[in-house]
Amino acid sequence: MTTQTLSYREALRAGIEQALVDDERVFLMGEDVGRYGGCYGVSKGLFERYGDKRIIDTPICEAGFVGVGVGAALGGMRPIIEVMTVNFSLLAMDQIVNSAATLRHMSGGQLNVPLVIRMACGAGLQLAAQHSHSWENFYAHIPGLKVLSPATHNDARHMLIQALADPDPVLIFEHVMLLNTNGEVSEQSDAAMEKAIVRKQGSDVSLLTYGGSLAKAMAAAEQLQAVNISAEVVDLRCLRPLDTKTLLASVKKTHRAIIIDEAWLTGSLAGEISAIIMEQAFWQLDAPVKRIATVEVPIPYPSHLEQAALPQVEQIVAAAKDIMVAH
Amino acid sequence: MKQKLHLDRAHLLEQLKQMLRIRRFEEKCAELYSQEKIRGFLHLYIGEEAIAVGIMSTLKTKDNIVATYREHGHALARGLSMNSVLAEMYGRTNGCSRGRGGSMHIFDKSQNFYGGNAIVAGGLPIAVGLAMANKYQQNQAITVCFFGEGAVAEGEFHEAMNLAVLWQLPVLFVCENNRYAMGTALALSESETNIAKKASSYGMTAVQVDGMNVVDVEAASNKAVEQIRKTNQPYFLECQSYRFRGHSSFDGQLYRDKAEVKLWQEKGPVIRLIQWLKENNHLVETELSQIENEIKAEIQAAITFAEQGEWEPIADLSKDVYSPAIEAPHNVSQGEQ
Repeated sequence: MTTQTLSYREALRAGIEQALVDDERVFLMGEDVGRYGGCYGVSKGLFERYGDKRIIDTPICEAGFVGVGVGAALGGMRPIIEVMTVNFSLLAMDQIVNSAATLRHMSGGQLNVPLVIRMACGAGLQLAAQHSHSWENFYAHIPGLKVLSPATHNDARHMLIQALADPDPVLIFEHVMLLNTNGEVSEQSDAAMEKAIVRKQGSDVSLLTYGGSLAKAMAAAEQLQAVNISAEVVDLRCLRPLDTKTLLASVKKTHRAIIIDEAWLTGSLAGEISAIIMEQAFWQLDAPVKRIATVEVPIPYPSHLEQAALPQVEQIVAAAKDIMVAH
Repeated sequence: MKQKLHLDRAHLLEQLKQMLRIRRFEEKCAELYSQEKIRGFLHLYIGEEAIAVGIMSTLKTKDNIVATYREHGHALARGLSMNSVLAEMYGRTNGCSRGRGGSMHIFDKSQNFYGGNAIVAGGLPIAVGLAMANKYQQNQAITVCFFGEGAVAEGEFHEAMNLAVLWQLPVLFVCENNRYAMGTALALSESETNIAKKASSYGMTAVQVDGMNVVDVEAASNKAVEQIRKTNQPYFLECQSYRFRGHSSFDGQLYRDKAEVKLWQEKGPVIRLIQWLKENNHLVETELSQIENEIKAEIQAAITFAEQGEWEPIADLSKDVYSPAIEAPHNVSQGEQ
């Protein structure tokens, strides 16, 4: 199988392009996705190649164009909606939560909404308190939605295609710090979109994470190797539904779990996973579960404060060392 | 009757019957609500029947309908059976939405009836999206979106207006201006109370019509639908109307005078059409009682149907949150699909 090195941005674009080629019902719609090339450059060049019927620039009206996506999906299209950042998606939350997520159940199973919504998320670009958040969990809370967090380049390449094949609304969160990084992309997806993947095998402690924190967990695992702590890294990939089977299997193997989550601690997915472990693997644990999350402040502008707010590799290493001695 | 349509007697009698069906059905619903057969919220359309009846009679089956939580009349006028609508309000599985939605969430895919949206203005962007899908797929179908004047204050209203005109989409916006957004009068919620004028500022044809007159509504809708089909452009109808009952079942109506309600009732859509037909010797008492009797029988049958409906088993509570599991799309990329 051949692989190629692409930036995360290029991998996303390749996925969109494949979708456009494969299915004429697919179109990409969002603010500045066309002539501008996408706020983060993801769709650059697609407008020129596919034209204004397939790559649709919208006015700045998130509720409006996300709702249009819901209607177009109901009407037989396969829209890919890009929302510039998760912060702006709050303006469209009515359509995502009240319409897209409810229509199938509320109509007694008559309707379904095959809609994909992509959005940028995460901190690190010094974009301050209205462009930098990790709110995957807002949406992972909602029955009727599926929530994906591609943390690798191969997932960036293939998850969109998997999401479009799903008959229900799927949200894809693309961490802004990954966009410029390079990585390997193969011709195949790593697994079905709802499966978590063990990215590094280990035996002492499970590092459970997703999205922008995966690389940090991998770096921490490498450092831990040097001090003879064997960390297993689990990439959740799909935040709703959670692949509890895979994450519990890991915890039952290592007997220790640290959850790394870029969201704020209170009400976080880390809390949910911790509860799942408590309910279903409590007697397997050798130490209390630890959670590493973002400090509960609006993300500040200066780099030193922004970084101080976010989960860091050193914290993960320290937590792992600590959990190994805890009894 | 300002605009002389093809004033075919049989057609007018049919329109009268459709309005009376909605009227009598909802009067019975209010009764069933007080008997606790129907629960939740119940928003009655009484007084506004001419709008749904007038507009639906100008549409084709392939056209899409998006309505609000006050949509019993639209569902009946569209052609959903009274049985399935009442059973839905009873919460039974023989209801049109399997009893999942109740009064506010009536759906019927076979009639292209897309609800039943209980978020004010929430249906507007969806209607624009359906119109977009129709245009892209060249279905020659139009989308009709009903909403109250209360929706005009919402951002989603303005976003939908802008997108529909900007992208030239075949959608008919029908504002049912019943003068009160719940209990807040039009003048207390809108800087410009001429809603059609607001809509026309987006660059589409927007007209006001007497929403208490079924002939006027039908004539206006005919014209609108014809123009949309011809041009693929959106069109806006503001139907001026009045709701005779409270906003919902919990409304004490402290915000308006009884005299005002009485005044509007006198020019109600049903009473006026009956008067006009009688004055012009198009309706005799026996015909009217025959219509009433047919409706009575239909309502009685619907009650029997609803009461015989099953409750959904609790085991099925989570069914349809997601579509049935599909073949996991793994390794599907790059020509392997």
